[in-house]
Amino acid sequence: MGLPLLIALIVLFVVLLVFVIGMYNKLVRKRIDCDNGWSQIDVQLKRRYDLVPNLVETVKGYASHERETLDAVIKARSQAIDAGSVKEQAEAESFLSASLGRLFALSEAYPDLKANTNFLALQEELTSTENKIGFARQHYNDCVARYRTARESFPTNLVANAFNFEPRDYFELDVEAAREAPKVSFS
Amino acid sequence: MTTAGAVHTERDSLKAYPPSLTFHDLIRKNKIESQLLMWGMGLLVVLVGAAIAFSLAVYTRGGGELRDFLPSLIVGASVAAIFALIACLWSWYGGGKAILRMSGARKIEKEHDPQLFNVVDELRIAAGLPMPEVWRIDSPALNAFATGRDPQNAAVAITTGLRTQLNRDELAGVMAHEMAHVRHFDIRFAMLMATLVGLIAFACDAFLRMAFYSSMRGGGRSAPRGGGGGKGGGGAAAAILMLLALLLAVLAPLLAKLIQLSISRKREYLADAGAVELTRYPEGLASALRKLADCEKPIDKANRATAHLYIVNPMKKAAMEHHRKSNVFSTHPPIQERIDRLEALMR
Repeated sequence: MGLPLLIALIVLFVVLLVFVIGMYNKLVRKRIDCDNGWSQIDVQLKRRYDLVPNLVETVKGYASHERETLDAVIKARSQAIDAGSVKEQAEAESFLSASLGRLFALSEAYPDLKANTNFLALQEELTSTENKIGFARQHYNDCVARYRTARESFPTNLVANAFNFEPRDYFELDVEAAREAPKVSFS
Repeated sequence: MTTAGAVHTERDSLKAYPPSLTFHDLIRKNKIESQLLMWGMGLLVVLVGAAIAFSLAVYTRGGGELRDFLPSLIVGASVAAIFALIACLWSWYGGGKAILRMSGARKIEKEHDPQLFNVVDELRIAAGLPMPEVWRIDSPALNAFATGRDPQNAAVAITTGLRTQLNRDELAGVMAHEMAHVRHFDIRFAMLMATLVGLIAFACDAFLRMAFYSSMRGGGRSAPRGGGGGKGGGGAAAAILMLLALLLAVLAPLLAKLIQLSISRKREYLADAGAVELTRYPEGLASALRKLADCEKPIDKANRATAHLYIVNPMKKAAMEHHRKSNVFSTHPPIQERIDRLEALMR
């Protein structure tokens, strides 16, 4: 009587184990997706830090008296580089985006600057980097959403709790400056 | 140059699909469907091979017991399976490059067209995929396509005509459509499907021609011999089976083609939706499609084998197809219908 029961229990245990392993691996995969998504954002942010000084130098040659705007861009860049937490960085990055937007808006008033091929190339690169940051953020948030769904839904949540799968934060723009479009005055 | 690219609003969901269905579910569904269809198509190839071998055996030997033809059935099926395997392996490893070369495309690097590269780079980031190769086709026609066996070995191609016609947002829409094909594994499926459909069409065509000419020449040489050997039952069964084999040879290419086309049309809509999921800006692709609809120039180097890969049908006849009508022989849904669906997302 004991043997069949024992075999049944072992079979049950093995089946359960297979399911748990499957769920565990699924969680790990989704967590790695989040990490990859995050590093993609990082790559693009660094790319923007590299491009900004070149842009500022080029603009200076044509519009050196626009000191205020140029300083704002430089300041925003260094703030973004020095940012500690994710939230701080998100704020600093959106501030940098906004000040870059103002710089490009301002360049409309300088025909010589707009004709400079170097400036045009930098503008394309920065526009694209800006888009890439946006898209990388979109992809990261999608990954986080999928990870969170897996982490919180039954029965994966049991495995997630047992093996300490920490929740991930969305990369969100909470700061007012980022929501507002850069103001352009045509006076 | 100065437009700021696509606008992102993360929380915008696609209205065309139920909210519970994510794109990952759709991709998974696509993969399962593709696998089933591939196996189905492979089975059809084997059946056709067996049918042809059987008919040949009946023809050369003249009638006989059914089991006498068993070896020919097995040989035919195995030969067909081996041919299918070789053809699929070839298209798996070299098909993408072959298609690109056939369409006269050349690979370009970032310095040749920084904006195009940036746009593709943006979209592959949005899709979370590695960077595909970018190829350019020197042609005034307006078209683009994607190919390759998986996202790690993918290529996107665009004609110079289309490249110069589109602004940044429209270019992003078109490239997003192509990246969606890459992401949905449509490129692998389309390539393998085209290979098998081509193989079936070729084998059946060759067989039917052979049967036609030999019947003209030999004039039913096999029939009397089959019926007169005192094995009337076996002969009749063989004759019926031969008729079935002929029927299969006639119907198989048509059936294979229809299946391929119906899937191809469905995947176009899905790629449009996938493009919007990446850019979150339906207007870009809709506006590009409007430009494509107005252009009637066909691509010179496109042929039936590669037509289904393009963003719109590149064939000459397709120019007439831009109206609302679509039929079972179209590789693509009508452009107007696609634009309408995209516009529905903008409301």
